[in-house]
Amino acid sequence: MKWRRANIKRKDKAAARAERQVSRAQPTYRPDNRLFAPLLNTEFISQIQNGIPLAVARAITAVERGGAPARELCRALFPHTGRAHIIGVTGAPGTGKSTLVNALAKEFRAREKRVAILAVDPSSPFSGGAILGDRLRMQDLTGTGVYIRSMASRGQLGGLAAAVADALVILDAAQFEIILVETVGAGQSEVDIAKHALTTLVIEAPGLGDEIQAIKAGILEIADVLVVNKADRDGANAAVAALQMNLNLNPNKHAWRPPILKTIAPTSEGVSQVVDAIYKHTAYLDEHGLRAQKERARFDDGLRALAQREWLEQKIHALPPGQWDAWLAQITQRQRDPYSIAQEVLAS
Amino acid sequence: MTEPIASDPIRVLVAKPGLDGHDRGAKVVARAMRDAGMEVIYTGIRQTPEMIAEAAVQEDVDVVGLSILSGAHMELFPRVTELLKEKGKDDVLLVAGGIIPDEDIPQLNTLGFRGIFGPGANTHDLVKFVQDEMAARKHKAQG
Repeated sequence: MKWRRANIKRKDKAAARAERQVSRAQPTYRPDNRLFAPLLNTEFISQIQNGIPLAVARAITAVERGGAPARELCRALFPHTGRAHIIGVTGAPGTGKSTLVNALAKEFRAREKRVAILAVDPSSPFSGGAILGDRLRMQDLTGTGVYIRSMASRGQLGGLAAAVADALVILDAAQFEIILVETVGAGQSEVDIAKHALTTLVIEAPGLGDEIQAIKAGILEIADVLVVNKADRDGANAAVAALQMNLNLNPNKHAWRPPILKTIAPTSEGVSQVVDAIYKHTAYLDEHGLRAQKERARFDDGLRALAQREWLEQKIHALPPGQWDAWLAQITQRQRDPYSIAQEVLAS
Repeated sequence: MTEPIASDPIRVLVAKPGLDGHDRGAKVVARAMRDAGMEVIYTGIRQTPEMIAEAAVQEDVDVVGLSILSGAHMELFPRVTELLKEKGKDDVLLVAGGIIPDEDIPQLNTLGFRGIFGPGANTHDLVKFVQDEMAARKHKAQG
């Protein structure tokens, strides 16, 4: 049995290698007719804008696939964006992010907002597969009009999937007023969400760390609102105190001070206060003219990433077949170095 | 990341309609599919047909896998297929597992359940079945 499994694994690896070689050897983009044609018809576009779930879902699949169809779709939809309030929800695995997102969605629905959820879970670095289990905690949103989409990170570091930016374009154009983005269970440096979200919630739970954890750089710094979830457990007050102490050390006393709120997500206790805090934060941004600054930073990053990707794709496509593999062979044999080859790509 | 055509994993919804709480089998299946490179949306036990159909639409899955051990499959499965059709999501590959008597299989086949995997089924067979079916569909769509 063991032998058989190993054998299968080896075969898979060989197949994957062969596949990679094929795609390198033929780097030209082959438009997928099945996708391309229906994506750009005006009826499909207007279905997305009207928030028809079937159309929104297919559009997100298309941007996950990437390539020219995704770009054209996002181009068509981008002029209709800019109204959604994007809220990031991040924190360590098991702090209750999904359950809290579920409770937040219900609270926003109660305030008559149109709500969508993007929930990211990690892809396997070995098989590329994923178990997307966030939806499991969001059962009671069925039939409430909340759109929930699970996304696999597909190798992207930073806590999100590469397609999140494009998926946000689609959901924003689909007129969702509130978009809750749940990151993968974050460690200390998965902070990409802060680039996309207007308001970022960092979720903590009792017993996860002491005051030293609280003063470390990274994820806690991106919080606009801090939530200590599972507040019915021992140690909740200690967690609040440690976070409070850290905030007291912030040198700029006039900057926005993230409120620290306690919640018990399954019963929605404290959740209404979290929503109030989110609105207080956006009011603060508006008062101080910071909303535009945040948007600018978001697109500064987005545009850079996009230009880089498009440029690199174009350059690599233009290479003679086999060139990339030849370079890799030269590098691994130490005949050439990657630094000068990168310069060569640049000049090509 | 710079590959022109990114990987295009098969997306699967694994759900347990009905009221039995025996989800070990569904979890084993979900894990096997994950290890085969599929993206598995796992929604777990006590799913109503409405929940399953709504999730299938929103998640834009290619495959819906239902597991049931309570014997209510002839009640719940038709309801699921009916709702999928209603929502315009009847192009998914339907797969079922659990305790399903042989005499029910022909009727489930006519409902659109292409693969039925009972006790003792091998996860390799299931994975291969799904991969082959999806490859055939893709081929048909592009051909």
